[in-house]
Amino acid sequence: MDFNLSERSERFRGEVREFLAEHVTDDLRDRVRETGTIHDWGLHRAMAEKGWIAAAWPEEYGGQGRDDFEMAAFYEEAVIAEAPLDGLLITMIIANTLRHVGTEEQKRELIPQMIGGDAICALGYSEPGSGSDVASVRTRAVRDGDEWVIDGEKVFTTLAHESQYVFLLTRTDTEVAKHKGLTMFLVPMDTPGIETRPIHTLGGERTNSTFYSGVRVDDRWRIGEVNGGWDVMGVALTFERTETGGTESARVLHEFVEWAREATDDQDRPRIEDPSLRETVARIAIRNEVARLMALKATWVAAAGGLPGVEGSMARLFYATRFQESCSEILDQMGPRGALQHGAEGAPVHGRLERAFRHSAVTTIYGGTSEIQRTIIARRGLELPSGR
Amino acid sequence: MDLRPSEQQRAVCDGVSDFLDKEVTPERVRDAEPMGFDAGVWRGLADMGVPTLGVSEELGGMGAGLLDLALVAEAIGAHLTPAPILETQVSLRAVERVDAGLAGQMRAGVEDSSLSSSLALRPARQGVFELVPGGAVSTYVVGLDGEELVCIEADPPGATGLLSNFGDAPLAHRQSDGGSRTVLARGQEARGQFDAALDEWRVLTAAALVGLGSRAVDLGVEYARSREQFGVPIGSFQVVAHRLADVATEIEGAQLLVHEAAWAVDEGRADAAELACMAYLFACESGQHAAAESLHFHGGYGFTLEYDIQLFHRRAKAWSLALDGRTGEFQNLADRLLAGSLAPSGGN
Ligand SMILES: Cc1cc2nc3c(=O)[nH]c(=O)nc-3n(C[C@H](O)[C@H](O)[C@H](O)COP(=O)(O)OP(=O)(O)OC[C@H]3O[C@@H](n4cnc5c(N)ncnc54)[C@H](O)[C@@H]3O)c2cc1C
Repeated sequence: MDFNLSERSERFRGEVREFLAEHVTDDLRDRVRETGTIHDWGLHRAMAEKGWIAAAWPEEYGGQGRDDFEMAAFYEEAVIAEAPLDGLLITMIIANTLRHVGTEEQKRELIPQMIGGDAICALGYSEPGSGSDVASVRTRAVRDGDEWVIDGEKVFTTLAHESQYVFLLTRTDTEVAKHKGLTMFLVPMDTPGIETRPIHTLGGERTNSTFYSGVRVDDRWRIGEVNGGWDVMGVALTFERTETGGTESARVLHEFVEWAREATDDQDRPRIEDPSLRETVARIAIRNEVARLMALKATWVAAAGGLPGVEGSMARLFYATRFQESCSEILDQMGPRGALQHGAEGAPVHGRLERAFRHSAVTTIYGGTSEIQRTIIARRGLELPSGR
Repeated sequence: MDLRPSEQQRAVCDGVSDFLDKEVTPERVRDAEPMGFDAGVWRGLADMGVPTLGVSEELGGMGAGLLDLALVAEAIGAHLTPAPILETQVSLRAVERVDAGLAGQMRAGVEDSSLSSSLALRPARQGVFELVPGGAVSTYVVGLDGEELVCIEADPPGATGLLSNFGDAPLAHRQSDGGSRTVLARGQEARGQFDAALDEWRVLTAAALVGLGSRAVDLGVEYARSREQFGVPIGSFQVVAHRLADVATEIEGAQLLVHEAAWAVDEGRADAAELACMAYLFACESGQHAAAESLHFHGGYGFTLEYDIQLFHRRAKAWSLALDGRTGEFQNLADRLLAGSLAPSGGN
């Protein structure tokens, strides 16, 4: 056994860190905080110039052949620097999927836009009536000659307001079992009939509702087979794993400790000497290390050519549930000041920790809720029988 | 990075596991109560060289590292093995670091005369090492007595000295000034050596708790698959399945952390002491949680002495109580962490 990360990955980490220090400025971070849009075109284009949008791809496909550990280092550094990379992450899920199931024409036309930094994509899976049970989507696509006409409503279409394309899961057959009547499309966002409305969230992130009425797209925008949408989603889901484990929580803990080293209590005693605070630090540090290792294990399984289904679910479940506890316990240690927000006098660490607390609520929800992860672990990992 | 045990590690673990599967059945574990010691099991393991695995080859051991020992300790823990294996391993290694001659004699004592050895986890108070794990049966006790790291050789007190405890472990107080007393180190050196030994104990105890927890999860899962209520296996109830998924996840995490800590000690990494503390604390928590949840999902039967899960539940708690208050351990870890910057390095 060897827990050393590769020299390659650490070299790349250094390069990424340097780049991010230059490009992810305080101004940029402020802008992201104010708009809630976890994407920045300037940064995205700069990344494209570095060749980092599809850094993991082989060189002949426009990438740099970075291995799984280099990519893990890349994502970790992005989290530490708070680089707004949702656009890159989502777009790469789709670019990867196209590489596997797209037609030659689709690949030729779309992939260069994506990895060249000119186009980003949004995921259009969730609907008001379909979340965890995503196979139950009702957005309809009806064939009309060489075209399809799409009508319906999606929710949580994150980054739709910045995207050139939406990866849209639609229903094309209502007569068969729910996962057999689905078809996937990549719909250009400037197609007439699409409307985007913002949804604002507790963590400050912006997402959207998107509405589709009489949206006409040529059949060449269909991804995969007609009624083969579920398989396409299956491929896309395997590229959704960019678990950075405890990195975000490690950043939060670091900020908390920096605060605690300066802060004093009512009797002017340094907070950092308080045993209860120190215990909180110790507990969070343990969770962070475990989360880091679980994410690394999933990366390791993937690097060896495996599909880290159960490992990935465990990493995600552990990280999400513990991160919430950690953020909450940190605010407990700060008392009434813990609620102060960015801009308020005396707000600890410029309100960054209260924001982390608000944000943490979503970690057990998106990308498959904790219950969905537990079900995967129980069925596939523990081989428990399925039931209600 | 590579998370696979080596060929050799697998071979050693398989050998030990085969022996334990055959010999250390739950009946055998029960029969060894309340002393928590089975001379036949000890002899068998000593014949295989398990308690002396971590002694260097020059002294007749196998030169195993802490990670090798941790992998073995998982199997030892999973079987609730009634023998002071890791106590002996840790104390022999501690002695070898400062007094190879004595370590060689002790190794011979273990292999030729079935003697065992313990580490006193607390410095002596008024001439007494209190609550020594394995202390009721061990001939050798290594511990910190004032400014001195000492090794005491004396007849173990056996049943008369046993402090009966719900973990059915051979706990006893031992004299720090009786028997034949060898001073191994003094002052700073003594403290440093003691701390290093204690960290190894933390890692191996954590590994044993991972083994225990992992077996407890297995028992819970097996029971949940076969026990039916309302016409279906109880494992098909989502609450049951999800809570078992939670403990399985924690044990998986604890195992990774223990392996990393052991590796870090072997490699002499700067964060080894931190990781040893983390591994111990997290294995205590997840081992106890796994055993408690598993017991709960056995329903009323889990509460009866006939079912095995109670053996695990008791030991998970008892092993976690070995160091003075886990709160103290958290402070200990905080001290270690706060000496550094805690910057999110990402990577290592
Ligand atoms: C900030 C944000 C961004 C998002 N971005 C996107 C995006 O870009 N594209 C996209 O398509 N979607 C996106 N989502 C949607 C996200 O994937 C869903 O919110 C998620 O899948 C859960 O669906 P839901 O919200 O409808 O909750 P529901 O599925 O209704 O779940 C509600 C509760 O019931 C539980 N539950 C549901 N089913 C089961 C079950 N079988 N067993 C036990 N418990 C169950 C859930 O765990 C949850 O606690 C985003 C969501 C958020 C909050």
